[in-house]
Amino acid sequence: MWKYASSPLAGKITVRGFFMTRKIIMNEADIKRTLARISHEIIERNKSTKNIVLIGMRTRGVPLAKRLAANIELFENASIPVGVLDFSLYRDDISSQNVPPIVQSTDIPTGIDGKIIVLVDDVLYTGRSVRAALDAIIDFGRPLSIQLAVLVDRGHRELPIRADYVGKNIPSARNEEIQVYLTETDNVDEVAIIPEPGRED
Amino acid sequence: MEVSQTTMEPKLKTDSAPPEQKIWQHKHILDLDDFTTAEIELVMQTTKAMHEILSRPIKKVPTLRGKTVVTLFYEASTRTRSSFELGAKNLSADISNLTVSSSSVTKGESLIDTLETIEALGADIIVIRHPHSGAPDLASKHVKASIINAGDGWHAHPTQALLDLYTMLQHKNSIKGLKVAIIGDIIHSRVAHSNIWGLTKMGADVTVCAPSTLLPKGIENPQPHFPKVKVTTNIDDAIRGADVVMGLRLQLERQQNGLIPSIREYAALYRITEERLANAAKDVIVMHPGPVNEDIEIASSVVHGSRSVINEQVTNGVAVRMALFYLLTGGNRDE
Amino acid sequence: MNKAMLIKGGRIIDPSQKLDIIGDLLIVDGKIKEIAPAVQNIPEDCGSLDAKGMIVCPGFIDFHCHLRQPGFEEKETISTGSKAAAKGGFTTICCMPNTNPAIDNKATVDFIKATAAADSCIRVLPIGCITRGRNGKELADMGEMVEAGIVAVSDDGSTIANSRIMKQALEYSLIFNIPICDHCEDIDLFEGGQINEGIMATRLGLKGIPNAAEENIVARDIALAKLTGAGVHICHISTEGAVDLVRSAKKDGVKISAEVTPHHLTMTEEAVLGFDTNAKVNPPLRSQKDVEALILGLKDGTIDMIATDHAPHTDNEKLREFATAPFGISGFETALGSLMKLVHNGDIDINLMISKLTEAPAQIIGNNFGKLGTLTQGETADITIFDPNKEWTVNVNEFSSKGKNNPLNGQKLKGKVKATVFGGEIVYKDNSMEPGA
Repeated sequence: MWKYASSPLAGKITVRGFFMTRKIIMNEADIKRTLARISHEIIERNKSTKNIVLIGMRTRGVPLAKRLAANIELFENASIPVGVLDFSLYRDDISSQNVPPIVQSTDIPTGIDGKIIVLVDDVLYTGRSVRAALDAIIDFGRPLSIQLAVLVDRGHRELPIRADYVGKNIPSARNEEIQVYLTETDNVDEVAIIPEPGRED
Repeated sequence: MEVSQTTMEPKLKTDSAPPEQKIWQHKHILDLDDFTTAEIELVMQTTKAMHEILSRPIKKVPTLRGKTVVTLFYEASTRTRSSFELGAKNLSADISNLTVSSSSVTKGESLIDTLETIEALGADIIVIRHPHSGAPDLASKHVKASIINAGDGWHAHPTQALLDLYTMLQHKNSIKGLKVAIIGDIIHSRVAHSNIWGLTKMGADVTVCAPSTLLPKGIENPQPHFPKVKVTTNIDDAIRGADVVMGLRLQLERQQNGLIPSIREYAALYRITEERLANAAKDVIVMHPGPVNEDIEIASSVVHGSRSVINEQVTNGVAVRMALFYLLTGGNRDE
Repeated sequence: MNKAMLIKGGRIIDPSQKLDIIGDLLIVDGKIKEIAPAVQNIPEDCGSLDAKGMIVCPGFIDFHCHLRQPGFEEKETISTGSKAAAKGGFTTICCMPNTNPAIDNKATVDFIKATAAADSCIRVLPIGCITRGRNGKELADMGEMVEAGIVAVSDDGSTIANSRIMKQALEYSLIFNIPICDHCEDIDLFEGGQINEGIMATRLGLKGIPNAAEENIVARDIALAKLTGAGVHICHISTEGAVDLVRSAKKDGVKISAEVTPHHLTMTEEAVLGFDTNAKVNPPLRSQKDVEALILGLKDGTIDMIATDHAPHTDNEKLREFATAPFGISGFETALGSLMKLVHNGDIDINLMISKLTEAPAQIIGNNFGKLGTLTQGETADITIFDPNKEWTVNVNEFSSKGKNNPLNGQKLKGKVKATVFGGEIVYKDNSMEPGA
């Protein structure tokens, strides 16, 4: 459980003597609007809500997928199934870590043959997580198509992967950190960046 | 870019980076005596994920691709070995099964020699079942591969205890406070020993029941070297109020060695029957590591009845072993 | 080759003379010449050893060890064993007959003596079998072996299960007044046992050896000793019950003696944790309660002496599954260090320790081989010099014994042998020992 500390000096985190200012790029309202827009885009692109299955990539893709489904239900009065995917077992970097990541449950509520899968994640970066998620989905069946929705695209792709729906493009340097917090997991809705030194404005 | 109020927050990894895992400390799985409660819970959680894979149309994930698992069984066992084999295959590992016949042993090839050969063939994980207690411990000191103990002598059978715990969790809310009765040849049962460790670490209330000749020595005053459990020679006392009743296999040579007068008498005194189970908790489940000597350890009708979860134990065995294979991968570990 | 040597400034402890002084000890022509706070008449060409801060006592005597030759030379030979013993401060060792062939006739006794004369740097006294080939069925030619020079008889490694044979062996020994040493083990209670029966055996899933396996035979031997009037010596006593039996028997006037090993006095069954085969020994390491009873028995005289039961094995043999590894600890070189733990803890007095290593075994051996275990003037100069406070780490790779099977490997001990003198010759000297001025 994280607590706020709001004071003029609060943003200056002393890290090994460097001063870094954490910049908030999207606040609660921004995120709400962006997700509403993505929900409309999904409906529009697919021309209906029939056959759509939203699958959230663990961890933060899951609450995002649920919110999108709630929006779509609100806008179209249609209930979209939401699945949860833990793609840890398909990662390409398991052996190189000291201990393998914790595997949580995967739950795809319906068959996916012939369905339109919309994968949902918080940040799209190198594209490797999406690659792993794609391999996982394919093992479940043969969807009609797979689309990708992300809240943030920060660039630096290492694989030929692109998102169909993007909340916000945040160009970033590799050594900068993008932080996505969601109420369901972190008690606050916020997207922030810790810029590299010298990039403060 | 908006610059709104800034906040002091701890750094958090993003890019869907996996939750950093500092719980798992094992390079080998030899016994449950040195597992933390957190590690056992991690195994349970990972098993759940693996279990889900077994219900998919394609029961395979690429996680252990390129890894080699070798099973080295000095005792015949189709059930346990197939369980490990299936688990490895489901994770896309390459698997090789070696059954060591008594002739290699008489030829004088030592366990260490055999292991070094296996390792030279490229094994990443070696699963060992051996009639002598401590053989997997010895193995772990002499090879770089990870060792999984699939049962050594009377000592330990950690994967069985883990799948037993998982099976219990599928039927009960939690292990803490659960009343578990383990009935049978306790002193010679590695399944009982590992279950005692696992269950007591998770807070269960364990009672062991056996004829006095088959009760472990020193069990009345076991600390600090062994967990404290309730002990009785009376099956009705053990079963009364139990949430889980676990039977154990009786080796028929116990009678030859004079530890029990006859199988008939053993069954009369210690067989788990419908009648006796009437005094257990209403939703009691009956378990057994298999294969069951029907009507000796457990009455036939109970084995095939609604309280028995024996078949689930078998399925869960594959899932648990997959979980353990997964947790043992990961290179660069200091040992 | 010095005809004379002066050991200077050490604390000279000789329980046989109730001696405990700081001073010098002069050796001339291989015999003790003089002990005094400061020896005055030092001969010409006298070698010297500076023993300041150290203890100077009679050379340790080990009544029970295994030298493995003939037949098991890969584990040890009389040569390597004697070097290891000298390093441990022993100047006389008695070797058990479970060799191959067993020491059950004159020829083998002669072989041992000849090999010792040629290869050993210290005194080696052979022990003969009670029964032929240790088969427990027929008596060996005791008289012939006594004549050839054995110091005792034992079937060690085995017990004579047939009580009638044991009774007859005891009766027969009355002719020669020679100690009969019994390895007390009830075969049926022991069967297949690996370690002490108790919670450790439960934890490790190993078959236990109950205390009763030893006590049963100790009780039998006491009854037979009482019946025959012969003397029986209990090897490597290990349980509280056995100590109690011996204590009562001695009170009753039965001719009985007992020995205990350094490892039984200082280690419990916990040493086996992790399946350490180096701690696998017969009789097994027991419980804390047993250890305390053994220390008490040593102090009140129930247990007469300390003997190492040095039992070397090859690395390959010990590097096996616990149940298939042989029993035994290669103990010569850690005997003093581990016993000193008891002295530093205040459990036993250093004089007592030295007495149990010198005058006590000398008493059971008798005078046929010289007056041993003493620094009496005119007797052979067998002397041990040790530093009671020297801290050192056990490293089996530095052992002189071929047997590296010792559970104390890597552990710190406090107390180290610095020099061993046999018949006036230095047969072991630590690198740090400087000759004195």
